[in-house]
Amino acid sequence: MRNPLRSEAEAYRFLIVIVVCAAAIIAASFINEWLGVAVAVVVFVGLFWWLKQEPVPGAADPPKPVASGTPPGTHRVLVVAPPGTDSVNVPDGAEVLVVVPALSSTSEALTGAVDDRRHDAEATAAALESRLPGARVEVGADDPALAVEDALRVFGADEVLVAGDGGMLAAIRERVALPVSRA
Amino acid sequence: MPETLGMYLFIASEIMLFGSFFTAYFFIRIVNGVPWPSPPYHLPVFVAAVNTFILMTSSATMHWATTSIKRGNVWGMRAGLLLTFLMGLSFLIGQLYEYMRAGFNTSDGAFPTIFFCLTGLHSCHVFIGLAILAIMTIRAFRGHFSAESHHGVEIGGIYWHFVDVMWIVVFTTVYVL
Repeated sequence: MRNPLRSEAEAYRFLIVIVVCAAAIIAASFINEWLGVAVAVVVFVGLFWWLKQEPVPGAADPPKPVASGTPPGTHRVLVVAPPGTDSVNVPDGAEVLVVVPALSSTSEALTGAVDDRRHDAEATAAALESRLPGARVEVGADDPALAVEDALRVFGADEVLVAGDGGMLAAIRERVALPVSRA
Repeated sequence: MPETLGMYLFIASEIMLFGSFFTAYFFIRIVNGVPWPSPPYHLPVFVAAVNTFILMTSSATMHWATTSIKRGNVWGMRAGLLLTFLMGLSFLIGQLYEYMRAGFNTSDGAFPTIFFCLTGLHSCHVFIGLAILAIMTIRAFRGHFSAESHHGVEIGGIYWHFVDVMWIVVFTTVYVL
């Protein structure tokens, strides 16, 4: 939805629209009270539709892929392991960070009822930490691509390994300018 | 966006404040069924209509000021800001005149109370807008704005138009309908 007060020019245009809408409601009310109510409803719906339809500058642009890098002589691997992952194969001699995204459903994410999902992710993280000595294991955001983005900001990696399904792999590939493959 | 975020947050809080006052207004008028205006009082619709015209014109001059500085026309911006300030001041004086001749006071019942609260709240916003406009005008005459750098004019303009939008809603609901 577009902000009608995005700039002075748009705020002025919004004011003109409001004046026209108010004039329509007033004119209809003078004819008949219920006609005024009907016009008011139409005006509110129309205004909502207009603001919803207006394109938001930059909103349609694809997000910029996140790049990453590591110091010379090091090999760092970021592993994405969804909750329930038993084990992952990681390259020998590499510094490894495992991120367990706290995957949640849309309704859970919208209502903030993500505590149980986070507990699941923490349990998986604890299990993986015991099976992967030397690797750091963390719980990440509920969106795997966002969890990878967050991790790459503090852990520059050479590649990303994904232990999830094809959808997760594709979503991460879209957001990351690094080699992404299945773990 | 980040440079206007403060103004957006301020306006969002203002919308919520106005929303609470409008809730009280609609509750008194529709739920409680208080006649509007309660007899024997009359609302000074003519003065309010003149004030509305003044405020709408001030938005046009504000837009003129912003458009002028975007084109590098410094004197157009100065004239636009000065006219906007003067019209905003005229609006406030008209509002005071209206209050003095209203013939009712806040102690006369729910109708006058919510009338003074809603219109008074808006007048407070016009006063704040005038303070912003005064600072903008002084800065404009000191040469602080240019075609490349006029963010202060843009932000003040957004606030002024918001105040005018709120007045249209107040005028329509309180005075006309």
